Amino acid sequence: MTVADFAFYVFAITTVVAGLFVVVSRNPVHSVLWLILSFLSTAGLFVLLGAEFVAMLLVIVYVGAVAVLFLFVVMMLDVDFAELRGEMAKFVPLALLIGVVLLIELALALGVWQFSDQAQGLRAAVTPDLAETQNTAALGQLLYTDYIYLFQAAGLILLVAMIGAIVLTLRHRPDVKRQNVMAQMHRDPAKAMEVINVKPGQGLDG
Amino acid sequence: MISADFSVVLPEVLLALYAMGALLFAVYTGKDKLARVLVWSTSAVFVLIALWIGLTAGDAQTAFNGMFNDDGFARFAKVIILLSAAAILLMSEGYMSKRDLLRFEYPVLITLAVVGMMMMVSAGDLIALYMGLELQSLSLYVVASLRRDSVKSTEAGLKYFVLGALSSGMLLYGASLTYGFAGTTLFSGIVQTATEGHLSFGLLFGLSFIAAGLAFKVSAVPFHMWTPDVYEGSPTPVTAFFATAPKVAAMALFARVVHDAFGGAVSDWSQIIALLSVLSMFLGAIAAIGQTNIKRLMAYSSIAHMGFALMGLAAGTAAGVEAMLIYMAIYVTMNVGTFAFIIGMEKDGRPVRDIKSLGMYSKTDSTGALALLVLMFSLAGVPPMVGFFGKLAVLTAAVDAGMTWLAVAGVIASVIGAFYYLRIVYYMYFGDEGEGLDKNGSVILWVFLMGSAAVMVLGVFNLFGIEGAAALAADSLVN
Repeated sequence: MTVADFAFYVFAITTVVAGLFVVVSRNPVHSVLWLILSFLSTAGLFVLLGAEFVAMLLVIVYVGAVAVLFLFVVMMLDVDFAELRGEMAKFVPLALLIGVVLLIELALALGVWQFSDQAQGLRAAVTPDLAETQNTAALGQLLYTDYIYLFQAAGLILLVAMIGAIVLTLRHRPDVKRQNVMAQMHRDPAKAMEVINVKPGQGLDG
Repeated sequence: MISADFSVVLPEVLLALYAMGALLFAVYTGKDKLARVLVWSTSAVFVLIALWIGLTAGDAQTAFNGMFNDDGFARFAKVIILLSAAAILLMSEGYMSKRDLLRFEYPVLITLAVVGMMMMVSAGDLIALYMGLELQSLSLYVVASLRRDSVKSTEAGLKYFVLGALSSGMLLYGASLTYGFAGTTLFSGIVQTATEGHLSFGLLFGLSFIAAGLAFKVSAVPFHMWTPDVYEGSPTPVTAFFATAPKVAAMALFARVVHDAFGGAVSDWSQIIALLSVLSMFLGAIAAIGQTNIKRLMAYSSIAHMGFALMGLAAGTAAGVEAMLIYMAIYVTMNVGTFAFIIGMEKDGRPVRDIKSLGMYSKTDSTGALALLVLMFSLAGVPPMVGFFGKLAVLTAAVDAGMTWLAVAGVIASVIGAFYYLRIVYYMYFGDEGEGLDKNGSVILWVFLMGSAAVMVLGVFNLFGIEGAAALAADSLVN
């Protein structure tokens, strides 16, 4: 067993076990922490595959941003997870039944699965030759040149999501006191402050 | 290379830029005070782009390695989508501003939805299909719950969103199975691998799931459950929008997928679509009988109409696609007129949706009642009106393709469905004079109602030449 093989098994087992604990741990904060571990070991797997750019992206974007966001949401929202789980328990038998039926169907479909004769060639046709380009450059070529249309379309979809969130939730409340930056900056000591010379033993009157 | 590609998608790019520009402009200036101006300018932009697309008919071209198709079929669908969206926007202005719903995001969201629809009808790739579909659907989810303080509107948006997400999941599952088999997401690649006779089990699975996802979007039975609730809960102009442009886009997308990607396996998908068609026609015709809310009634009516349009598609021939396009064009025109009437239904300034309130409406407004009578006859498919010719086209296509049983079922369903359209006419001329309705004073609504009714009568001479355009469009798709 080479070092790479050993590293693969370590990362793979860590990923799967951490993934399991995301689901079973009782405390949602612990779940998020397990999720971070799972992301990190997945990044390790990507490094082993030679996709170092994706690995770093996973660490920066998922661990650095998404998981931390999760952590904030979980900590700030007052959701009673135990109660939610109790509600869920009622539907477990039905969900299990549907799951088993789906599993059987999937097994049936995959049992007779066959690939098209041309599938191999068609699949390889879009990928740049990794012997000639780095995988980062290849990703860039695919994302920003070959699939620029879809990339921009995804941008538009995110824009719609943003507009939608604002349209549906933003309420202008007139009774809220807002910060007025200009007014703050134009305050001057002469108007805002008064220097009073208090004589000893007399205090202030009025 | 890329600049040549972008010149092909120029209409979509300009429309997207317009949406972003309008959004920024309105945010930094008058906000909702500009909404009225934006509604008008958006409609003008829609009409201009429709004219541009319709009048500069060039050769079919593709862009982005085949992910985007600009052919006669796409252009035909885009013109209908743009014109109907412009009409609905103009009709909604009065209603929305009267009920304090006219926010500047509304025209922007509609524009982005239209961009999504244009991407859908031009899609040449499974990913492009999904992107267009989501862009359209997300915008529609938001406009469905635009009336935030109404429980029904919020419910409509939520229900639409949850079921739409489910249908997207099915579509994606089908798309991934298809990709797994074919090794490509391009329609031009899939069609090489999907050949008649030995369609692989996996690909058949993929095709069925994609068809289910698309059937959801066109609200075909058994994937129609969301339609009545969403139609009822959304603000009425939004309902009118749901009933027109997105239906055309989804139907055109359906035709594009089955012909461009699975064109080699006609017999496999034709039976799926025939089943969807016959179920939709019957459920739409029978379930509408018990409805008293006119918006729910129109929901079932649209389900039945989608069944007829699918019948054209089920034929699997160029003539079938042509019939489907003609049917959709006529359907949209009828619905614009009918919804112009429904938007204007009110008593003392409050919207009324009960069909019994139409009792003796002919006394209040005889021309309006006459126009609605023409539209109802046309929706039912009564011979002198244009709606009949739409039905005739799909029935002929089905019979020519050897699906006589489907055509017979269609005729029976259409006879059953005629009952509830004629019942509205009955209420208007012979019903009980109850609370009644006020005559609507809006000029825009009146123009669209009368225009649509006039088209239903005058169109019988030559259908305004739409047959030739539809034939060219169908030819560019199927051959």
